[in-house]
Amino acid sequence: MKRTIFSNQLLPWLLLAPQLAITFIFFLWPAGQAIKQSFLREDAFGINSSFVGLANFTALLDSPEYLNSLKVTAVFAISVTVVSMGVALLLAVAVDRMLKSSRTYTTLLVWPYAVAPAVAGILWWFIFNPTVGVMPYVLEVIGYDWNHISSKTDAMILVVIASAWKQISYNFLFFVAGLQAIPASMREAAAIDGAGPVRRFFDITFPLLSPTTFFLLVVNIVYSMFETFAVIDATTEGGPAQATNIMVYKVYFDGFIGQNLGSSAAQSVILMLIVISLTVIQFRWVEKKVEY
Amino acid sequence: MASITLDNLGKVYPGGTRAVGDVNMQIADGEFIVLVGPSGCGKSTLLRMVAGLESITEGEVRIGDRVVNTVEPADRDIAMVFQNYALYPHMSVRQNLAYGLKNRGTSKAEITRRVDEAAEILQIGQFLDRKPRALSGGQRQRVAMGRAIVREPAAFLFDEPLSNLDAKLRVAMRLEIKELQRRLRTTSLYVTHDQLEAMTLADRLVVLNGGQVEQIGTPLEVYRNPASTFVAGFIGSPAMNLIPSRAVPHLPGSAHAGIIGIRPEDLAVDPDGPIEMQVRAVEELGAQRLVHGHTNGADLTITLGSHADLHDTLRLSAQPEALHRFDEKTGKRLA
Ligand SMILES: Nc1ncnc2c1ncn2[C@@H]1O[C@H](COP(=O)(O)OP(=O)(O)OP(=O)(O)O)[C@@H](O)[C@H]1O
Ligand SMILES: [Mg+2]
Repeated sequence: MKRTIFSNQLLPWLLLAPQLAITFIFFLWPAGQAIKQSFLREDAFGINSSFVGLANFTALLDSPEYLNSLKVTAVFAISVTVVSMGVALLLAVAVDRMLKSSRTYTTLLVWPYAVAPAVAGILWWFIFNPTVGVMPYVLEVIGYDWNHISSKTDAMILVVIASAWKQISYNFLFFVAGLQAIPASMREAAAIDGAGPVRRFFDITFPLLSPTTFFLLVVNIVYSMFETFAVIDATTEGGPAQATNIMVYKVYFDGFIGQNLGSSAAQSVILMLIVISLTVIQFRWVEKKVEY
Repeated sequence: MASITLDNLGKVYPGGTRAVGDVNMQIADGEFIVLVGPSGCGKSTLLRMVAGLESITEGEVRIGDRVVNTVEPADRDIAMVFQNYALYPHMSVRQNLAYGLKNRGTSKAEITRRVDEAAEILQIGQFLDRKPRALSGGQRQRVAMGRAIVREPAAFLFDEPLSNLDAKLRVAMRLEIKELQRRLRTTSLYVTHDQLEAMTLADRLVVLNGGQVEQIGTPLEVYRNPASTFVAGFIGSPAMNLIPSRAVPHLPGSAHAGIIGIRPEDLAVDPDGPIEMQVRAVEELGAQRLVHGHTNGADLTITLGSHADLHDTLRLSAQPEALHRFDEKTGKRLA
């Protein structure tokens, strides 16, 4: 590879400056503020703040509400990931067989990705709205009384669907690319080796797809934990009774609505640690590449 | 063990391409048949129809007495060796070999016995616990063969199994395949575009051209009596000279034939010979040399011993029985 040599020592820094500035202003500085804030406690009027050590963190871990939020987040993240990846994989396998003629199908499935999460949230909120929505009507016909405003389970199902929906397109594209990369002769050899379609999928296709699957697993968990704020805000606002109050939403709610900056900052720091560990796991894996 | 019968077999792809047409042949039990022809002539298509990987649009394939047109690949009792080997990359060599047996519910003990036996035959015993990516091309090739033989199928199907190997290894593996087949006596259908591979491996070879069978016969039959100018030009290296009879009016029989075929090795330098050749280029091959030139405007190649004298013009002759006569229009052999 050709290396570019800058004779001027300043130029490279100048070229990097906008990127560095953005990183600093929108990421490093707020992150630093959050870390600082997480060790402080403000008085009731927000004028003075005092250093309280790890008190904010211990308070969190003692708070049943926060522990509930952890549990809700785990259920939510796992459900969104499983639903969005499961549906995407099903669609991708279906498309893989007839890919040459299915340009249009592929394009259609990418559309949801272009829809903003908030819009998606409102869309699903309407579809599932207990008074005006289509789904409750349909569900009532089959004997299910849908109400995500009072039922915790229904609320969770709603936010999971609304969040998973958008992610399906993204996962689908990666799965299709992954499937296309598996040589047809591999499946043909398995067919001759006496493996039926289902067996072939679990013995050959799925293991060969594992790098893609793992990558998507991390991406989807990160997405469901951190990028679903708008969906929650547009549909359930964390309710009913904290049933959909995932960690990211709680940070916002406690910080901006509840004005408890210290606790909110401590929650952000915990989230930050989670992101960092997910990223580390992912890089470790990418380095090892593939397991075969 | 089984015979294979192809009855008016044909394939038209969905796009309308007619890849194979009107193939009729009987493959005897234990016979080694090689399908040979230039790229795109339909060899793989034909093989894959026998394997069940490609639907049959015309005619019939029978394995033993059973029509298998709609039988799943798994139930045809065949094994296939692919050009890219198609080994399962996430499984060890042992698992690769065992997979087909496992799917058929063979007992653990029997699987172990057969895998070990195949590994012994192919000398891959020390690789059994490795993944395919940790093997060389030649070793992968052996594993692919192993996967076919552990199944003890009625027939082996090979689709250019040696074309990813370097020239030297290809020759060695060619011999091994031949030996293996002689030992196992399993009916085999082998696809290649390499005429040398075809000649050396085949009990009988099938020359395909544009999806049609040009000739079926033993290698020597095909070599000695090519049925058409296409076969004459394809089988044998260097290729047979195909000369318009106008250019060689003094050869016996040239009066009533459009095209005269003479193999380069059948032309000898002879001061009284009827053919006068202008030499254009000489290729030195060590043991022999190829001399290229022309006579009366027709291209001509001859092989000469490396000690032969070279001149700008050579007079050549050929034994009358070494001449092949073909119809100018159809390219078919004249009796
Ligand atoms: N899936 C397909 N759809 C349409 N046409 C096809 C398809 N597969 C092959 N063909 C066409 O059928 C003809 C025969 O192809 P085939 O692969 O059997 O050739 P081949 O003899 O094996 O060639 P090669 O030596 O290059 O492997 C070719 O003209 C090819 O373009
Ligand atoms: Mg081919």
